[in-house]
Amino acid sequence: MSVARTARSQGWTAWLPMLPPASAVGLRASRPANALFVLPFVCVYALLLLWPLAKGMLISLHDHDLLSNDSFYIGLDNYRQLASDEVFQQVMWNTLKFVALSTPVFVLLALGLALALNRPGRLGAWLRATFFAASVFSVTIVTLVWKLALMPERGLVAQLLAALGLPEVAWLSSDVLALPTVVLVTVWWIIGLPMILFLSALQQIPVDIYEAAALDNTSRWRTLTRITLPSLRRTIVLVAVIEMLRQFQVFPQIMLMTNGGPNNSTRPIVQFIYEQAFMQLSLGYATAASQLLLAVMLIGVSAQLWLEREGRVQR
Amino acid sequence: MAALKLEGLSKRYGAVQVISELSLDVEDGEFLVFLGPSGCGKTSLLRMVAGLEEVSGGRILIGGRDVTQAAPGQRELAMVFQHYALYPHMTVRDNLAFGLRNVGLAESEIARRITESARMLELAALLDRKPGQLSGGQRQRVAIGRAVVKEPGLFLFDEPLSNLDAALRGRTRLELAQLHRRLGATMIFVTHDQLEAMTLATRIVVMNGGAIEQLATPAEVYRRPATRFVAGFIGTPGMNFITVRRLADEAGWAVLELPGGQVLRSQVRAASLPIEAQLSLGLRPEHLRPAADGPLRGSVELVEFLGERTLAHLKLADGSPLTITLNGEQPRPGATLTVAADLAEAHLFDASGRAHHAQSATAGQERQS
Repeated sequence: MSVARTARSQGWTAWLPMLPPASAVGLRASRPANALFVLPFVCVYALLLLWPLAKGMLISLHDHDLLSNDSFYIGLDNYRQLASDEVFQQVMWNTLKFVALSTPVFVLLALGLALALNRPGRLGAWLRATFFAASVFSVTIVTLVWKLALMPERGLVAQLLAALGLPEVAWLSSDVLALPTVVLVTVWWIIGLPMILFLSALQQIPVDIYEAAALDNTSRWRTLTRITLPSLRRTIVLVAVIEMLRQFQVFPQIMLMTNGGPNNSTRPIVQFIYEQAFMQLSLGYATAASQLLLAVMLIGVSAQLWLEREGRVQR
Repeated sequence: MAALKLEGLSKRYGAVQVISELSLDVEDGEFLVFLGPSGCGKTSLLRMVAGLEEVSGGRILIGGRDVTQAAPGQRELAMVFQHYALYPHMTVRDNLAFGLRNVGLAESEIARRITESARMLELAALLDRKPGQLSGGQRQRVAIGRAVVKEPGLFLFDEPLSNLDAALRGRTRLELAQLHRRLGATMIFVTHDQLEAMTLATRIVVMNGGAIEQLATPAEVYRRPATRFVAGFIGTPGMNFITVRRLADEAGWAVLELPGGQVLRSQVRAASLPIEAQLSLGLRPEHLRPAADGPLRGSVELVEFLGERTLAHLKLADGSPLTITLNGEQPRPGATLTVAADLAEAHLFDASGRAHHAQSATAGQERQS
């Protein structure tokens, strides 16, 4: 302590307040110099996250032209304009629909696959690898494959339907079907991650609990509903939150498969932001839309976590 | 009440034979302990009885009913697991009730049984807590409670005390003994701890390499071990083994030459021994004492003071170790000690490991039984 004091009185830490002597062993009293240890992280965090966030909020209050870089403060005008923009309302609705359609499918299907494939042996391992493999493909390849498969008349699906004597379906050119079709492709593409999350959670459940349940005369259904699912509750919430956040930001596969059509029926909010910023060059307007997307995502995730906690308290 | 009968039970994992052709009868109300080192097959055996492990051959009968192929829940038994295996998301009350609800027992009866077992095991204050909020000892009591509420004829315990600290282990051991007396049910208990086995069991099954070495009361296992393995496994410190050479018999008793050249007339009948020159003389430390005219002579290597007694670890002339129990005397390391043996408690082991007991020990045992 005496050495530290000498150094402090003479060196660069001389400005620090004098602290009561702390024990020579164990934890010392907290002091401002400790902040130096977290400074590198705080710097990066501030530079890459807090600064852009604040800057984005600021830009959203301006009429900012990306080409001339002219910027005028216009208050909340961008938000007012968004509220009355029919295209924005449409893309917001499309995005919400996409999230509402895809998130439950991700949770339920991934859970079902994990339950079915959580078994030893080669077949299980092969199937697990197969379901996960699609996640590795780039979006370009996945959309290309599916566009070929869904092609009218000559596509694989059309031919299958024809062979079965069923009428042709306008998968990507119908206002009603296009969005669910993109949901289907998205699920096919990235079901691997949530499935792996569920599999790892399943393997964390101790085997002896199942053995105790077997000795307790537990039927398979009750084992699933009373033992397995309660043990997976945290993972279910995790997967729901992750998928919701991912699907709110859906964009590339829609851009490549339908480019937002037909009649804007699949255009998501990120595509709207992209087009406003880099095609219309109105950065302020695009940034305001981004802020709204962030707000919606925060509300959605908070609601989910709150519901989960309420459920836990009631149980 | 269910008695358990195992007939020629075998267990193989692939090419590895873990248990081969094991047969066993367990009486009603017995507290039977499977004792053996790790990997001797005792847990596999218990799990086969529970139905958690498939049987490779043979039959299991509980109360006369063949349950070899029956599901675990259909065997009318309850099991307490080593790591408790409580349902983590259920309260203690639900943990106890779960199995009873599964078989459709009336709620009033479930409540009665939970109240009764909670009183017996002092769980009443814990009923609304979840396992994560309990200490190890409390969890263990809940696990036992979950078995008790089922009111089974047969209880299985898989090393239930191994995760508790020493003090709690001693207390829980007593509680288990009381529980057995109160319920009068048949209990089978797996452990590698001989103290648990000796204190709890009405009979001990000493297992080694997937086979039964000896099935007897704790006293008999200690005093008349059937094999050299049992003799070495039971008792702390373990039995001393001294390699001896057999000389010509004297009046029907086997005569032995000790490593130091001294000759000893044993109390083992020569007729019962196989014709072998090399035998192993087994002597427990408490049957050895310092004596000026003793036939064994060694230097003191280490002295351990244990409170009520002292252990002295000696090295005999041929280098083999010998542990003796002392009362009072405290020899210094390096000193030479001559030791006499109580030959009435000595055992001889032949090359196959089979034990041959001193006659008086046999007589003592016969008087007891």
